[in-house]
Amino acid sequence: MQKLFVIAALLLAALSAHAAAPAPATYQVGIHNFHFQPMQVVVPAGATVTWTNHDEEPHVVTSAGNGFKSSPALDTDDHYSAVFTRPGTYAYYCSIHPQMTGTIVVK
Amino acid sequence: MQDDRDDIDPDNIRPDRRRFLECMAWAGAGTLWLMQGGVAHAGALLKGAMQPDATFSFVQISDSHIGFHKAPNPDPVASLRQSIAQVNAQPQRPDFVVHTGDLSHLSKPEQFDTVAELLKEAKTGHVFYIPGEHDVIGDDGKAFFARFGGGVDGNGWYSFDHHGVHFVALVNVRHLQGAGLGFLGADQLAWLRKDLAGLSASTPIVVFAHMPMWSLYPAWGWGTQDSAQALALLQRFSSVTVLNGHIHQIQQKIEGTITFHTARSTAYPQPAPGVGPAPGPLQNLPAGKLHDYIGVRDVRHVRGNGALAITEHTLA
Repeated sequence: MQKLFVIAALLLAALSAHAAAPAPATYQVGIHNFHFQPMQVVVPAGATVTWTNHDEEPHVVTSAGNGFKSSPALDTDDHYSAVFTRPGTYAYYCSIHPQMTGTIVVK
Repeated sequence: MQDDRDDIDPDNIRPDRRRFLECMAWAGAGTLWLMQGGVAHAGALLKGAMQPDATFSFVQISDSHIGFHKAPNPDPVASLRQSIAQVNAQPQRPDFVVHTGDLSHLSKPEQFDTVAELLKEAKTGHVFYIPGEHDVIGDDGKAFFARFGGGVDGNGWYSFDHHGVHFVALVNVRHLQGAGLGFLGADQLAWLRKDLAGLSASTPIVVFAHMPMWSLYPAWGWGTQDSAQALALLQRFSSVTVLNGHIHQIQQKIEGTITFHTARSTAYPQPAPGVGPAPGPLQNLPAGKLHDYIGVRDVRHVRGNGALAITEHTLA
């Protein structure tokens, strides 16, 4: 019983911390018909960006200039996440379809 | 300025090069292409008919995409196996088979293994490989070249001679440009210049590449950014045949003495240029019709008249 109480207290603490300073959220970028959507995402420092490939073609999220770790090949419905800790503008593209470009702006 | 062809501007081509023909054949087997003096003559295919004076033949296989598992072809292993069976059923054993890239869908080692294993079943003297952009994902082609041959200096490109024909295998799937266009790069172009330098203009040339070597549909990356520089080196030859894959359908173009042929895939077709929002598998095929859209290509060389006979085979 005491154990449960401790867990509840911890949960409450976690929740209140969450309310006080908004925790870095996860931002979604979809890949549809050879486009990153949205093409530009503005996120706070520490945010996670998750890409999901909805195409039948594989795609690769490739950082232009090694600003973040590039993804492996994403097959249909595969996800890839990267955490952006430092403010800046991170351009990326698909290495097998370089006409596909996108930008993550970290504030 | 004898060598000014090396600086040819594709937007300002000379009038004799402007007289080009464009031929398209969308679907269906049974088109025989006889090329003579840079002009293609289409005729009916007599299935399995031998060219009595053919000195040798080879087969082109392309875009097997092992690892693909969706509509319209959840089993590209089976369709590659059928393609090889079709090669083995030819009355004349091909001297070699060339796979013009996209062996794999995702550059995975097990996908490369599958292709290598399956092609061991091909009754032919040798199998040549060049990479597609799906084969160089993540490592710029290191695993592919280690497995299937690094060519010149480990960069993948190479050439060889066979019965008087000079074959050139180019790599145009690394460092893709702009809208996804293929790219040869200065190193490869410098090598090509040297490779061709000693050849007489009457030497028949056959070029293999994965991506089209002309601006077929640049908005989808169906072309090669610096192909004009390679073609400038090739245009002094009296017979040049360029065979590529990538777009999973047959298209032809003739420009001067250079003839371009794109090949079918052994896995799945793609839409016609610009039809639909993007390239990718053509999914809504009529039931049971996949095999009308995929297949292999058989090329017979006839010594003496500089002609190559190209025969398309679907799996249907």
